[in-house]
Amino acid sequence: MIDLSLLDKQFFQLALIAALLVGLCAPAVGTFIVQRRLALLGDGIGHVALTGVALGFLTGTAPVLTAVVVAIAGALAIELVRARGRTSGDVALALLFYGGIAGGVMLMGIAPGGSNAKLNSYLFGAIASVTTEDIWVIGGLAVLVLGVVTVFGRELFVLCQDEEMARASGLPVRFLSVLVAVTAALTVVIAMRVVGLLLVSALMVIPVATSQQLTRGFRTTMLLAMVFGVVASVGGLLASTASTRVPPGAAIVLLALAGFVLALGVGRFVRQGRSQESNVSQQAGSVRVKEVR
Amino acid sequence: MSETAFAMTGGRVALDGRPVLAGVDLTVREGEVVAIMGANGSGKSTLVRALLGLTPLSGGTTLLYGSPPARFRHWWRIGYVPQRLAIGGGVPATVREVVTSGRVARRRRLSPYRQEDREAVARALEAVGLSDRAGDSAQALSGGQQQRVLIARALAGEPDTYVMDEPTAGVDAGTQRLLADTLARLVSAGKTIVLVAHELGPLEPLITRGVVVREGRIAHDGPPPEPEGDCARPGHEHVHPHAAEAAAGPLRGWQGEP
Repeated sequence: MIDLSLLDKQFFQLALIAALLVGLCAPAVGTFIVQRRLALLGDGIGHVALTGVALGFLTGTAPVLTAVVVAIAGALAIELVRARGRTSGDVALALLFYGGIAGGVMLMGIAPGGSNAKLNSYLFGAIASVTTEDIWVIGGLAVLVLGVVTVFGRELFVLCQDEEMARASGLPVRFLSVLVAVTAALTVVIAMRVVGLLLVSALMVIPVATSQQLTRGFRTTMLLAMVFGVVASVGGLLASTASTRVPPGAAIVLLALAGFVLALGVGRFVRQGRSQESNVSQQAGSVRVKEVR
Repeated sequence: MSETAFAMTGGRVALDGRPVLAGVDLTVREGEVVAIMGANGSGKSTLVRALLGLTPLSGGTTLLYGSPPARFRHWWRIGYVPQRLAIGGGVPATVREVVTSGRVARRRRLSPYRQEDREAVARALEAVGLSDRAGDSAQALSGGQQQRVLIARALAGEPDTYVMDEPTAGVDAGTQRLLADTLARLVSAGKTIVLVAHELGPLEPLITRGVVVREGRIAHDGPPPEPEGDCARPGHEHVHPHAAEAAAGPLRGWQGEP
């Protein structure tokens, strides 16, 4: 069963805060990324960020900080490839992903005190080991990410919906594209401790995919995705208290996936109801047009 | 004296090394209603995109209300309706959200949408007959209705100049008539309109000037060509070596194949 006595323990409180922040941020950024049809962007950044983590161990710097720097560099590289729009783009991205993972494993092997266990905690998350210092970093990044979404949301919507339209509206397209990439990189680093670099993207994509089964608009999709994100991350964390054998990262992602499957069924139901409704209103509309003529 | 909306001098564009525009001079004054016509692949879409600075010039200059596109700051004066068969984006957006995004050039960052914005959006939805679909997902609409959404998005910005890339392509007759009515209102309000069209259809009486593009150059610029049966349609007299290629496309009928 879920062990609620853990709520008094500081490590668990920190883990809960981390889960909450990740559950909020990842789907918010994820909504723009999915809208831009870059659902795998988070995976790419996650792979590259591993090199950043290992670099932290190698140089004795906080891995979160080096991960931020390298993840941003990786995100900018991906954006550059995307903006060029060359046909070889997906190969270039693949090379970047492999380089990121291999570089991370290699540097981690060389690093003094580097071990497979440490590597695993970044690959698959280690939410129970989140420290107070981590929470400050995660909290700061979360404020930044949510701030960007709030301040630039309207422009980012136009950019991700229709880049050409953004250009023809005089929006700073290059700046906004970089902003999306950097914000995604920050989100990956926030989520790294919770679900791990290999599953980071799941929290950016699955809640959005779940939400859009039920919604018709962009804003409602984003808000609902944030709700689903929090439910999955906090729920998964709580579920992992049932046994030490349940890894929290995987529990969070599987819970999110279960939610998606559920929404798929509910969504079909909702859409059927709506299409009947809109058929009726369409018929009413065409009658009205005829009357006008 | 009327202002000049667009002024291109010696405009050249190369896409992937292939010349698409080969020295175009085109000036559009305020209040003109210009139809840009030509065969598939003649460069007419590239021409309007280059006029807006969406496609960079490899030679020559182009000015938007007197400024090069990179230094143009009054984008709210331009309403662009891109050539589009489906509304993009991997996440649903309501008709109202898409149409409201047409106001983005008029709003400062962080300034909330105000009453005037909501009213402009409501008028735009009304003009295209989609008021009752405002809360629906734009992706769920038919092709013709999506085209109306894109037109409403441009209307919502209340620009001085409209640039429409094939607004009549692939839409039903009802949408074409609605577009003609909407354009007639814009014309009587003194707006400038530049539109790319394969066939003018019900828009014909509104057009004050026809520009025919052939192989990246302007082949005709003046009164819109008179339609006298299929053979007098714009483009027919300009059959060029690529016509066979173009005719293989989905829009073959109009080329008046022998």
